[in-house]
Amino acid sequence: MRITVNVNGDDHTREVEPRHLLVRFLRDDLELTGTHWGCDTSNCGTCVVLMDGEPVKSCTVLAVMAAGHEIRTVEDLADGDQLDPVQQGFIEQHGLQCGFCTPGMMLTGRALLDRNPDPSEQEIREAISGQLCRCTGYLNIVKSIQWAARNRAEADGVTETAGSQT
Amino acid sequence: MQVPASFDYQRAESVDEALELLRRYGEEARVVAGGHSLLPMMKLRLAAPEVLVDINDLHELDHIVLVGDELRVGALTRHRTLLESELVGRYFPIVHDAEKVIADPPVRNRGTIGGSLCQADPSEDLSAVCGALHAHAVIRGAGGERIVSMADFHQGPYETAVGVGEMLTEVRLPVLPGAGSAYEKVERKAGDWAVAAAGVALTLREGRIADAGVGLAAVGAGALNLHAVQTLLNGSEPSEALYEEAGRVASDSCSPVTDGRGSAEYKRHLAGELTRRALRRAVARAGRPIGSTAREA
Repeated sequence: MRITVNVNGDDHTREVEPRHLLVRFLRDDLELTGTHWGCDTSNCGTCVVLMDGEPVKSCTVLAVMAAGHEIRTVEDLADGDQLDPVQQGFIEQHGLQCGFCTPGMMLTGRALLDRNPDPSEQEIREAISGQLCRCTGYLNIVKSIQWAARNRAEADGVTETAGSQT
Repeated sequence: MQVPASFDYQRAESVDEALELLRRYGEEARVVAGGHSLLPMMKLRLAAPEVLVDINDLHELDHIVLVGDELRVGALTRHRTLLESELVGRYFPIVHDAEKVIADPPVRNRGTIGGSLCQADPSEDLSAVCGALHAHAVIRGAGGERIVSMADFHQGPYETAVGVGEMLTEVRLPVLPGAGSAYEKVERKAGDWAVAAAGVALTLREGRIADAGVGLAAVGAGALNLHAVQTLLNGSEPSEALYEEAGRVASDSCSPVTDGRGSAEYKRHLAGELTRRALRRAVARAGRPIGSTAREA
């Protein structure tokens, strides 16, 4: 069936089977491979994208169910050359090792900060609790999101000294 | 790659249209809302409906409203909405206890109370919660609405009272004066299914327990509403001795099986211990003014 999904601000119309999963639609049809595909069983959370602003596991959403909704993927986080503070935070705080969980983690961080600009450590840990980091680098992921909270986008780019630890 | 078998997809624009589609396609149609129980089963080919009727646009089924002495929760209400509802937390702390440990945030953004109950998995948390609360389910079909108790709603593992051409539209939770409730769950890791879990709801009247409801999850079928424990509790004064006995009866009344999450013996132990813990907290909450539980740590 023919569907139109708004992805990263643009409408994309494709012919898909109803059983086509959103993660495959993004990766295979739109070639947005920043969204990773992991366990396929809604456990690992590496396929998290934002649907109408909230994190969802795209391996457990049908593409046809996303029709008419707004999907945001990691490709949309940066504004041109200007990284999102969450992306910058992952650089500053060494928030990734292998990078497999990173797109989903960053989107969850973005959605959390959009709702709650100053989350506690516990709130960050709860927000990412549906996503696995196979390198077990959770501490630095939390620090990365904390860094982003301290360095908001409106702060005119990066304000904190690179490599600072808190 | 896990892909469901082929099916047709219909997005309903009204409850009446959804019912019409369900009637037209009969046994082969399934309602999909969050899809976080159904789609994994379809990927594993444990379920292979020929038609999915998507009800995500039926916003009239997404509501939490106090009507008289009932809290009416639309079937499409997401887990996240339940967890963030002040009204739910005020009257039914058991629901917030459970929602905090149901799957994880991205899953709770999609999953719904209606989907949880209709899946009727004996390990599912809200089924035990609604069993303990003596909730009622509103089922709509061609002939109108019918209201069934949770005891009648759950007919066995993966079986409910919702018939062909019908759908669950609302869950009604009774608001009782002097009520307290709590849910206790042991899970292997964040977001997992319960190894075992216990829900308790009750009221205190002149120092004695009344309206007791006890529901267990993940310890076999038929534990969503434990009559033996409820009978023991009703009319009794709260005491550690009573909790001990209630735990023992709960433990004896369930039928867990050994699996990857634990041995039957361990789960039976948990059924008793978690019943005792939930009972203690429910009684403590029943003794407080409405709303004070929201400030608990």
